[in-house]
Amino acid sequence: MSIFEYNGSALVAMVGKNCFAIASDRRLGVQLQTIATDFQRISKIHDRLFLGLSGLATDAQTLYQRLVFRHKLYQLREERDMKPETFANLVSAILYEKRFGPYFCQPVIAGLGDEDKPFICTMDSIGAKELAKDFVVAGTASESLYGACESMFKQDMEPEDLFETVSQALLSSVDRDCLSGWGGHVYVVTPTEVKERILKGRMD
Amino acid sequence: MGDSQYSFSLTTFSPSGKLVQIEHALTAVGSAANGVVIATEKKLPSILVDETSVQKIQYLTPNIGVVYSGMGPDFRVLVRKSRKQVEQYHRLYKEPIPVTQPVRETAAVMQEFTQSGGVRPFGVSLLVAGYDDNGPQLYQNAKTFLEKRYTDDMELDDAVHTAILTLKEGFEGQISGKNIEIGIIGTDKNFRVLTPAEIDDYLAEVE
Repeated sequence: MSIFEYNGSALVAMVGKNCFAIASDRRLGVQLQTIATDFQRISKIHDRLFLGLSGLATDAQTLYQRLVFRHKLYQLREERDMKPETFANLVSAILYEKRFGPYFCQPVIAGLGDEDKPFICTMDSIGAKELAKDFVVAGTASESLYGACESMFKQDMEPEDLFETVSQALLSSVDRDCLSGWGGHVYVVTPTEVKERILKGRMD
Repeated sequence: MGDSQYSFSLTTFSPSGKLVQIEHALTAVGSAANGVVIATEKKLPSILVDETSVQKIQYLTPNIGVVYSGMGPDFRVLVRKSRKQVEQYHRLYKEPIPVTQPVRETAAVMQEFTQSGGVRPFGVSLLVAGYDDNGPQLYQNAKTFLEKRYTDDMELDDAVHTAILTLKEGFEGQISGKNIEIGIIGTDKNFRVLTPAEIDDYLAEVE
């Protein structure tokens, strides 16, 4: 089993009309054994920027702590929040620093940039960025997620529609992956509010 | 001059509060509603020097410029350091650097050299002019030696005239496009040093 499949994970981010959604599964496992069913994979960097980290859970936690540290320093020095594009560049640079001993994580970054334009991107474990206009996926269930998102995605969805689409895509994909699942965690972010919702799916 | 007995030590202040290691040339600023103007006298050590080869106003980025009064070599060292820091920032964030950052980092370097052993403070005071998301900005690194005169709702051209007039007051000899330098940054966000011909045009308007 590869190191990226040790803990199991599923992550997806999708763009809507002046909003975005980022969702993850909730399983934390040690190979085939399930350890926790309420594991947080998505974290807030600031009110308009969210980061999801799939892959090895210990690296995800450490990487998250380092990024929060860097962002807090940036906020103190520049007296403003980081833009999503800037944050993505920072994550890419930090991952590449460890080019020959990498963090075994695949990040998904989602945020609202200037003029409330939604921004999503993902990258591999050594920082190769992939920008997308519609959706990005990561984790052990990524292949199923690609298929589900491709067929369910529509342009310019309103926040409620977007929530439905992301949830259906996530739940149907993790059902085809034994290492991810046990429910879902969905954040739908608009310029005015952040809605956090827990999904109940097949608990296996 | 009574200050000369205080010029032996790097970090001793003279009775007038100056660090005598610093000599100052004239520098003037003008700040307009939609841009910033910085101007300086170009004092050449001898008439054998080709004035086009001496540049007191330097770019840190396409939208941030800096001018100094004091020791040219010290200025060049600081500009090198700042430019490197600007590029490092760009490599990390791929975002144009806000004006406050190079100012803060340069100030930190200047302070370091007033406290470390075996080095002397930089004999310069800097004026940094730039344009970023917060609009046109102007920062100075040592207030006491500079003369400042500005109104916020001026147009950029008026700011240039004001800067020229300020320089003229302390100027010895004939002022012309060849012995002053003017840098402006306007709404186009690009820092630009005026050519001697353009400076002569402004001078003609001021006379």
